Amino acid sequence: MDLTLKIWRQKNSSAKGKFETYKVNDVSPDSSFFEMLDTLNQQIIETGNDPVAFDHDCREGICGTCSLYINGRPHGPKRGITTCQLHMRSFKTGDTIVIEPWRAKPFPIVKDLLVDRSALDLIIQAGGYVSVNTGGIPDANSIPVQKQKADLAMDAASCIGCGACVAACANASAMLFVGAKVSQLALLPQGKVEAADRVEKMVAMMDMLGFGNCSNTYACEAECPKEVKVTNIARMNRWFIRSKVGAEKPEAATYD
Amino acid sequence: MTTLNSKIPQGPLAEKWTTYKSTCKLVNPSNKRKIDIIVVGTGLAGASAAASLGELGYNVKVFCYQDSPRRAHSIAAQGGINAAKNYQNDGDSVYRLFYDTIKGGDYRAREANVYRLAEVSNGIIDQCVAQGVPFARDYGGLLDNRSFGGAQVSRTFYARGQTGQQLLLGAYSALSRQIKKGSVKLYNRRDMLDVVVVDGKARGIIVRNLVNGQIEKYFGHAVVLATGGYGNVYFLSTNAMGSNATPLWRAYKKGAFFSNPCFTQIHPTCIPVHGDFQSKLTLMSESLRNDGRIWVPKKLEDVAKLRKREIKPSDIAEEDRDYYLERRYPAFGNLVPRDVASRAAKERCDAGFGVSHSGLAVFLDFKESIERLGKNVIEERYGNLFQMYEQIINENPYETPMMIYPAVHYTMGGIWVDYDLMTTIPGLFAIGECNFSDHGANRLGASALMQGLADGYFVLPYTIGNYLSAEIHTKRIATDAPEFVQAEKDITEQLEKLKNIKGKQSVDSIHKKFGKLMWEYCGMSRTEESLKKGLSLVPEIKKEFWTDLFIPGEMNEYNPEIEKASRVADFIELGELIMKDALQRKESCGGHFREEMQTEDGEAKRDDENFAFVSAWEFKGEDKEPEMHKEQLTFEVAKPSQRSYK
Repeated sequence: MDLTLKIWRQKNSSAKGKFETYKVNDVSPDSSFFEMLDTLNQQIIETGNDPVAFDHDCREGICGTCSLYINGRPHGPKRGITTCQLHMRSFKTGDTIVIEPWRAKPFPIVKDLLVDRSALDLIIQAGGYVSVNTGGIPDANSIPVQKQKADLAMDAASCIGCGACVAACANASAMLFVGAKVSQLALLPQGKVEAADRVEKMVAMMDMLGFGNCSNTYACEAECPKEVKVTNIARMNRWFIRSKVGAEKPEAATYD
Repeated sequence: MTTLNSKIPQGPLAEKWTTYKSTCKLVNPSNKRKIDIIVVGTGLAGASAAASLGELGYNVKVFCYQDSPRRAHSIAAQGGINAAKNYQNDGDSVYRLFYDTIKGGDYRAREANVYRLAEVSNGIIDQCVAQGVPFARDYGGLLDNRSFGGAQVSRTFYARGQTGQQLLLGAYSALSRQIKKGSVKLYNRRDMLDVVVVDGKARGIIVRNLVNGQIEKYFGHAVVLATGGYGNVYFLSTNAMGSNATPLWRAYKKGAFFSNPCFTQIHPTCIPVHGDFQSKLTLMSESLRNDGRIWVPKKLEDVAKLRKREIKPSDIAEEDRDYYLERRYPAFGNLVPRDVASRAAKERCDAGFGVSHSGLAVFLDFKESIERLGKNVIEERYGNLFQMYEQIINENPYETPMMIYPAVHYTMGGIWVDYDLMTTIPGLFAIGECNFSDHGANRLGASALMQGLADGYFVLPYTIGNYLSAEIHTKRIATDAPEFVQAEKDITEQLEKLKNIKGKQSVDSIHKKFGKLMWEYCGMSRTEESLKKGLSLVPEIKKEFWTDLFIPGEMNEYNPEIEKASRVADFIELGELIMKDALQRKESCGGHFREEMQTEDGEAKRDDENFAFVSAWEFKGEDKEPEMHKEQLTFEVAKPSQRSYK
C-alpha cells in the first residue's frame, strides 16, 4: 500500500518544530506501524538525511516506551493496543497519516516524536511502593488475599506507564496513572498499611509537576492501551479523602 | 595469565551457601556510606541489586539506556517464575528444583551456583508478595501455580501472562524508593561503552548520554553489569530493539573472560517470521504448552492443501494429526524443555510438514482445552497472549490453532563469573542473563526471572560485601585520572571512526545480513562445515561494515544510528566468537546441537569425557586469536546421565 505521512519534526527541545510530508510506497499490510516507519527511515538514510526519531523498544506492547498521536489519537485508531502492536492492515492505500509526539506540558519534546516522561518516574518515587527492605519477609502465603481483590489489583497493575492517559486528557491529567498504582497497592493487604500516606504524597507530586485535574471525560480509559479503568481514579479519590479525615489520616495513628 | 578460580566454598553442596553467608566478610554501615557502586542495567537483576545495595547503605549509581528503568526487557517475560515452595504438595523441594535445573541445562552448569539458586528461590516469592506483586491466587486466597517445561511438578508462580512485568515493577518500586531516599542515583538514557580499569581493578565506566551525545565518566569502587543477553546478534530475536552486548563485549576486551558463547536458546513458541521488513520476533509464552497441543498433519497432501488455504486446520481429522511431542516424549509430552521442543519442530518442518506459507510453522492448538475447561478459563490464563497473537497474525486463536516456530530468545552463555559473581577483572561483577553461571547449555522456562532476582536480591548483596570489605580504605578516584581520560579518548575516537566511514548502507541493513548469516550457519543446529563456512564469511561482512556504513546526523545530539552502529560493530565480533566456541564444542548439549553428534533417534549426544567444561575465552588483542581456558565441571551430587524426557 502507498501512504502519505505528515510527521512532526523538531531538532531538539529548544528548536521550533514543524510538520514534514513523506511518501512511503509498497508497505505490506502485515507489517507493524513501526516497521513502516523503519522503511521510511531507511529511505531517509539512503538520501543522506536525518531519520525520524521515535521511542520504541520491546515492540510487543509491554515496555511502555512507544507513544505517538496517530491521526490525533494516542497509540492510533484501535482500542486496547500500543503503537508497536498496531499493524498497517488498519489503514488503506492512499491514506494520509498524521504522526505527532505526546503533547503535554510535563512531557517536554526531546527530538521529533520523542518526549521526556521522567515526570511519571518522579510520581512513583514519591510513594508508589511498599516500604519493605529486601529479606526478613514472612512466607508468601501467610496472608491470604481474596481472589477478586488480587484480580482487581492485577487489572490496575497492568499499567505500562506510557503516558497515553496524560496525552489523551484535555487537562493533561495523570490521574489514571496515579490511580492505577494507588489502587493496586491499596487493594492488597501488603500495600494497604501505607495507602493513605501514599496517596497524599503521589497526588502532591503529580500536582507539583504540572499535571492537570480530572474532569471526568474518560478519554484516558478510552485510549489506555491496557484498558485500565477509571474506577481506579474513583478508588484513589476515596483514599485521598480518607487520608484527609478520620482514622486513616496518617497523623491519626499518633493519637492511638 | 589469569587462572580460573571459581571459589566454590568447601563442604557439602546443601551447606555451601549457608557457610558462605555466615563466614563472608562484612562492611560496617559507616564504611558503606563511603563506598560507591555502579550498576549497569535496570532489569530484574540490575533493579533488584541496585535497590538492595541502596538499602544496605552503599552509594549506588544505576544506569539504563531506556528513558525509564521500568522499561528494561525483563518486562516482556510472560509465563512465570519458579520456586521450590511445594505449595501444591506435589513433591517439590530445593533439591528437586536444583536437579531439574542442572538436568535441564544438560549438565553444563556449576552445581554450587545452581543449588544456591534453588535455595534462595523461595525468598524471592516472599519478597515480591511483600512488595505488592499481584500474583495469581486461587479462591482460598493462596498463591496459584502452573507447570512449565522440564519439570513434573507445578512450581511456577505467575501474574497472568505478565509475570516479568509485575516482578520488574516490584523491583522498580523498590528502586524508586531508594532513589527518593538518595541512596541510589539514576542515570537514564545512557549507553555504557567501556569499563575503566585502574591498577587491575574495575573502577568506573564510560557512558554516552543518548540525549545530547556527550561522553561521561563515572567512578565506582565496584562495577556491576546487569545488561542482559546477546540474542540480538541474530538481528531477529525476541529481545527488545535496544538489547545489546556492548557492555559485555567491552568488558571482555578489558580482560573479563567470555564463557560458553555458543549456548544460545532457541525458544520453541514464537510467532513465525512473515517478511523481510520484520524488525523482531514475538514470543508466545511457554505456559501455553500447559493447555495447548502441538501438531502438524500426518499427510503431506494435507500440508499442501493447508498452504494453499484449500482446507482449514479444523478440517483435518484427529487421526490425521501428528502430535509429535506427545508421540516422541510420552512422559513430558508438550512440556519437554525448550531445546527439545525447538528441534522437534525443526525436524518436522525440515521433513516438509510445516504448515504456513513459508513451511516454517507448526500448530499450537487449544481446541481440546477450550472444550474441557471453557473459553473463559483459557481467557483468564492467557487472554493477553491470545490478543497479542491476533494483533500480529490477524487470526483468532480461540477459533483456529496458533502457528508457531522457534526463534532466538535467551543466551545462557555470558561473562565468566566465580561463586561471588565476580568476573576475571577484580571489582567487576556480572549478574542475571549477562553471566554464564546457572543455566548450563539450556535454560528451563521460568528460571530467568528466578536467576535475575536471586542474583540481585539475595546473592550479590553478600558477595559484593566480601570484596568491598578490602576496599574501605580506597579513596574515591577522580574521573580526570589518566585511566578515565584515556578510556574516554578511546571511546570518542571509536565513535568518530564509525561516523567517518561515510559509506552507503544503513546499520540495520548490515545487521540484517549478519543476523541471517548467524541463523543459517550457527542457528538451531550446527555442523563443522556450517560453522567453518560461517566463520569464513565474517571478514567480508566486517569489511563491508567498516567501509560502507553510513551514519546520518551529528555526534552531539540524539542519534540512534550512532547507538546502533557501535552495538552492531560488537555484535559482529561476538558472533564470530560464538561460532568459534560452537566449532570447538564437538558435542551436542542443550541449545547447542551439532548434527554430527546425535543418538540414533535424533537426540542430543553429550560427550562428558571431553566436554564437561565451561569454555572461557580470553581477549588477546585486536586481530589476534582469543585463547580458550577451561573450567572443568565436577558433579558430586547430580551425576550426569543421558537426558531423557520419554
